[in-house]
Amino acid sequence: MTSESGVMTNHNHQRPVIRTQALTRHFTRGKKTVEAVRGLDLEIQQGELVAFLGPNGAGKSTTLRMLTTLIPPTSGTAEVAGHDVVRSRGAVRRSIGYVGQGNAAAFVQRGRDELMSQARAHGIPRAAAKTRTDELLTAFDLQEHADRPVQTLSGGQRRRLDIAIGLFNHPEVLFLDEPSTGLDPQNRANLQEQIRRLHEDGTTIVLTTHYLEEADALAGRVIVVDHGVVIADDTATRLKERLGDLVRLGFATEADAAVAAGRAESVLAGPTLVERTGTQVSIRSPRGADSAPALALDLAAHGTPASRMEVHTPTLDDVFLDLTGRSLRESAESTTGTQTEGAAA
Amino acid sequence: MTTITVPTTQARRTTQPKSRPTGFLTDTWTVLVRELTPKLRQPASMLFAMVQPLVFLALFAPLLPDVESGSALQWFVPGIVVMTALMGASMTGADLTAEIRSGSHERLLVSPLSRPSLLVGRALKEVVPVLFQTALILAVVTPFSFDLHLGGVLVGAVIVSLFAIGLGALSFALATAAKEQDWVFWTVQQMLIFPLLLLSGVLLPLDGAPGWLRFLSDINPMTYVVEAERALFAGRFPADVVTGGLVAAAAVAVAGVLVGVRTMERSS
Repeated sequence: MTSESGVMTNHNHQRPVIRTQALTRHFTRGKKTVEAVRGLDLEIQQGELVAFLGPNGAGKSTTLRMLTTLIPPTSGTAEVAGHDVVRSRGAVRRSIGYVGQGNAAAFVQRGRDELMSQARAHGIPRAAAKTRTDELLTAFDLQEHADRPVQTLSGGQRRRLDIAIGLFNHPEVLFLDEPSTGLDPQNRANLQEQIRRLHEDGTTIVLTTHYLEEADALAGRVIVVDHGVVIADDTATRLKERLGDLVRLGFATEADAAVAAGRAESVLAGPTLVERTGTQVSIRSPRGADSAPALALDLAAHGTPASRMEVHTPTLDDVFLDLTGRSLRESAESTTGTQTEGAAA
Repeated sequence: MTTITVPTTQARRTTQPKSRPTGFLTDTWTVLVRELTPKLRQPASMLFAMVQPLVFLALFAPLLPDVESGSALQWFVPGIVVMTALMGASMTGADLTAEIRSGSHERLLVSPLSRPSLLVGRALKEVVPVLFQTALILAVVTPFSFDLHLGGVLVGAVIVSLFAIGLGALSFALATAAKEQDWVFWTVQQMLIFPLLLLSGVLLPLDGAPGWLRFLSDINPMTYVVEAERALFAGRFPADVVTGGLVAAAAVAVAGVLVGVRTMERSS
């Protein structure tokens, strides 16, 4: 029975590795209470790659800090790898890997020494620790840099070392808090490749990011957080599909535009928005890009040909804008600058 | 920066070391070894710190008046040992500020290492050099008018270590509370160590001091540690003085670890 259930666990993706119920965290700053996370209910299955997306201060890092036992919840519960994050902190810490926003290795240390100290922290015997250290140094292309002070490593090398340290204990769940902040595009691409491989190996990965492209490219599941609550939770593709494509048409006259707006309602399948501004008509509709050619033909056949046409498939930013009325890109970019400076300092 | 492809599958498949529960002593040892490693890799940096109390002793000891009850060194050296412990241990938190800023402290907090072991291990990092410094001081002064009583010195080392662990933990708590603001840490540290030092009677005896100063000295735990060290280094074991020193040092150690763990839990 045990062997069977063991095999089952490896192959089915039904066992939640992370489960939260009404998870809440308040911060008190002076007399003000900030509700950073408000009643989060979440289930993440084994092997999932989940991106927490949201502007700074949305509650994504606070959620991660609760799941990694760094801070206790104000109320509600959370289980990680089958252990309660408050009652069994030790067991949670042994089951997870964590790559924070900062560097895991102290600047005065050497990479190899820090990997070995991580091994000792996990109670891994010396011989196995040495093998694992070499394995990780090779895997992350750090062999040449392992015996230099961390201070002298480049940003990308340090980030790879952070991940190597986070992976030391073969964690069941790997948490990455804004892993690519402060990295140049090439290092960011490398990092994404590494994350993808870990995911293929079956590691459950939870990452936070405010790079939309990253969430879009990497994650099977995107959880959009704003003001401490989940406002969307689905695959990136479905989130975008649900919003629908935007088709913008220009016409010779306002009368033509008005007629076209009426036609669009009947030709396009379930448009969520038809809006006329002067000689311009904007239509948002699921699979709008696919039906746009048919619409153009239909309009021409009815004597109101479009003079110009623009088709815009949505990005996650559009989804975010639609959900919150704010652009994630703007709120993210205003903070990225300072974060990069912080990482460089 | 070369583009790399990462054979993670290989990294995962070959060995599967399991994370296992560890005890307080193992964790403390892990933290201590981690703290000492960079220093051992640069022995030159340690050498300078080692010699410092000797310099102090060389410049100060000649100024000491001759006392009737034995040599001045016999009275002075134990105080210098406690002073070295105070100076070293109170700086425990300084390295922490850097680790909080870089993120490595956060990684240790998420690791299975217990909170008290993070404190005690880091404080011990300052104790180890103090013990070496003590040995060095004793080696240097013994040929002069100083009688070495090894038994007393060993008991004295235990008391000084406890005291230093407590101070180190308090320094750690201070650094945690100061977060990334170095100046807060240094201001408070400097503001506290000099009164502690002067009121303990390390440099000058407080016998002729006015009442209020005597009172402040009496409530300074370091006073009792210094008195116990003086007796022990002279090879005497007066029960009340030794117990007084031990209790004072243990109280500082317990208070330090409690305050330190509390501060750590609150800050993260």
